[in-house]
Amino acid sequence: MRDKAVEKGIYFMNGDHACCEGAIAAGCRFFAGYPITPATEVAERMSIRLPQVGGIYIQMEDEIASMAAILGASWGGVKAMTSTSGPGFSLMMENIGLGVCTETPCVICNVQRAGPSTGLPTNVAQGDMMQARWGSHGHYEIIALSPSSPQEMFDMTILAFNLSEEYRIPVLIMADEVVGHMNERVVIPDIEEIEIVNRAKPHAPPEGYLPYRPGPNGVPILPNCGDGYRIHVTGLTHDERGYPVMTADAQAQMVEHLVNKIVLNREKIIKTTSFYLDDAEVVVISYGITFRSARSAVEQIREAGVRAGLLKLDTVWPFPEELVRSLARNVKALVVAEINLGQMVREVERCAAGRCRVHLVPHHGGAVIRPERIIEGIRAALKRKRNR
Amino acid sequence: MRGKKRELPGHPMDRLLRVDRIPHIWCSGCGIGTIFGGVLAAIQKLDIDLNKLAMVSGIGCTGRMAGYIKVDSFHTTHGRAIPFATGLKLARPDIKVIVASGDGDLFAIGGNHLIHAARRNIDMTVICVNNLNYGMTGGQQAPSTPLGFKTTTTPEGSPEEPFNFCYLAAACGAVYVARWTALHIRLLTNSIAEALQKKGFTFIEILCPCPSVFGRRNKMGNALETLKLYHDRSVIKNEIDPKEAGIDLFGEIVVGKFVDRERPTFIDYYRSIVCHETPEDNVIRIAR
Ligand SMILES: Cc1ncc(C[n+]2csc(CCOP(=O)(O)OP(=O)(O)O)c2C)c(N)n1
Ligand code: SF4
Ligand SMILES: [Mg+2]
Repeated sequence: MRDKAVEKGIYFMNGDHACCEGAIAAGCRFFAGYPITPATEVAERMSIRLPQVGGIYIQMEDEIASMAAILGASWGGVKAMTSTSGPGFSLMMENIGLGVCTETPCVICNVQRAGPSTGLPTNVAQGDMMQARWGSHGHYEIIALSPSSPQEMFDMTILAFNLSEEYRIPVLIMADEVVGHMNERVVIPDIEEIEIVNRAKPHAPPEGYLPYRPGPNGVPILPNCGDGYRIHVTGLTHDERGYPVMTADAQAQMVEHLVNKIVLNREKIIKTTSFYLDDAEVVVISYGITFRSARSAVEQIREAGVRAGLLKLDTVWPFPEELVRSLARNVKALVVAEINLGQMVREVERCAAGRCRVHLVPHHGGAVIRPERIIEGIRAALKRKRNR
Repeated sequence: MRGKKRELPGHPMDRLLRVDRIPHIWCSGCGIGTIFGGVLAAIQKLDIDLNKLAMVSGIGCTGRMAGYIKVDSFHTTHGRAIPFATGLKLARPDIKVIVASGDGDLFAIGGNHLIHAARRNIDMTVICVNNLNYGMTGGQQAPSTPLGFKTTTTPEGSPEEPFNFCYLAAACGAVYVARWTALHIRLLTNSIAEALQKKGFTFIEILCPCPSVFGRRNKMGNALETLKLYHDRSVIKNEIDPKEAGIDLFGEIVVGKFVDRERPTFIDYYRSIVCHETPEDNVIRIAR
């Protein structure tokens, strides 16, 4: 059924649909979701595409159930995804935590709209970036990607599945309404050119097997349900057997493991794209749809003779701390543009730690940031004396 | 104790138990262990391939069943066992799925999921231990708490009428609905075995003593006295309309098998309506 899974070609396609094509190319064969603007098109296309490739689409009763269902399907050994927007993302939080704690590979696409609450259902925002990082209770690490075009919706959905399988963690695609709804050229390559990662499978005999013992890269090699290992999986604090242990020591060991498997692999996980960093005295940091405004701004201001660079965060979580730290040592100012009143800028400020100026170009949501505002921001940042 | 640990003779259920996790957490006199024994006995009786059986639980005293059974077992979040099990079952139609959880888990926080899984006729067997309250958290009001009964959050008595779970499950489309008590262990075992063999959403409610919190607060005496109450008050009324099958601790506790019918499952309809399959085809070939 691989032929229908990757329909090689050049398309004019919206981001939500490109996300579906990426998912199916990556091997996703289960989707559970609940309709919500501006992510509905993901569910709609999945309902058409999955039956064509031998997969299952189910519309659940809410987003809590959708998130729980993809975890169950993933334990069945099937790559699984859901998609949503702000209100539904909030409902998914508890079971995203279950996915983190039980080390369940799965992908959640959040096509962001403006909040809080029902907010602006049909308009863009990037207001869920900190929720993506800390939205479920407890201390943990997460992986989140930020696509800036329909093409990246395709590419990054494949990457999201690969990362989730490799690190056994829910991976978040932090898209937004504009990227989800815009139609653009999307190139779907030949199946041979797509790299697919599948979760490692245990080979040791089930007797005495420690399913939650970290493997060579810090990630445990867990069997799927039905593989004959007859394991226990729990959201309670557990040991390497997967058994609940209610002590501070077990808690320390488990949390340390969940954090380390991401932190110690962050160089392999984090992807960024940079432009004109070599001579830059000021660098704009941006992600998702705002990257495109930032790119236009940087190109215009360079023509006017300002040595501006641009850093695009493909991976937003884990945050590229080292890179931003070293940038802060070498530039006069970092300018962060995002469609919220200052979320990722907090990370930039933390990493800059006073070594350079950090200037925010914020937006309340409801529209994209115009390049002119970023140009103003760059000029203001260069003029400013101290931190904001 | 010093010296070598004495080798104890194995128990016939050992192959179904995570023996290394015993002793369990349930209070002495609690009915959950007895009911769990009934679940294991039914599995034993059917000779199911244990590698193709899974148990999914929510959170609560009952939810701990998943931690003791030696099959692939999932202890999920409060109320979400059914949607988790839905994903698992749809991904792996070859695996038999049992959901075991408490009355609060399945009908309060998880009520929405239960009614929809029954409506969709997802192939799973739901074991609902009804101890008339929230045991795990120390005895708060549940959607099963009888009117006027005391819990830590209804110290003057509950001002709410409880659900009739069997009536609700039947109305939502469950293909098998039964109620027993922790005293009816042989009938319960047979009933679980019967439900496990059926295709579709099957539901069994088991009235269960919770001497530590519900029993104590309502002056119901020890566990034995609660079992005596079940003995004196329960009447078997098979095939009765579940609407008429109430739980009245001062009158009749109606038990029995109320519903046993056939209905296509979600997967059956998915194959025919969505995939346009004839019964001979096998289009759902999920890549693994
Ligand atoms: C979202 C959430 N809310 C509340 C709790 C606390 N909690 C744990 S178990 C439980 C009730 C359990 O009652 P029931 O399902 O009847 O199971 P029992 O312990 O009686 O077997 C509650 C409220 C929780 N774990 N998660
Ligand atoms: S609190 Fe009640 S339900 Fe929980 S183990 Fe004790 S007796 Fe059983
Ligand atoms: Mg209860």
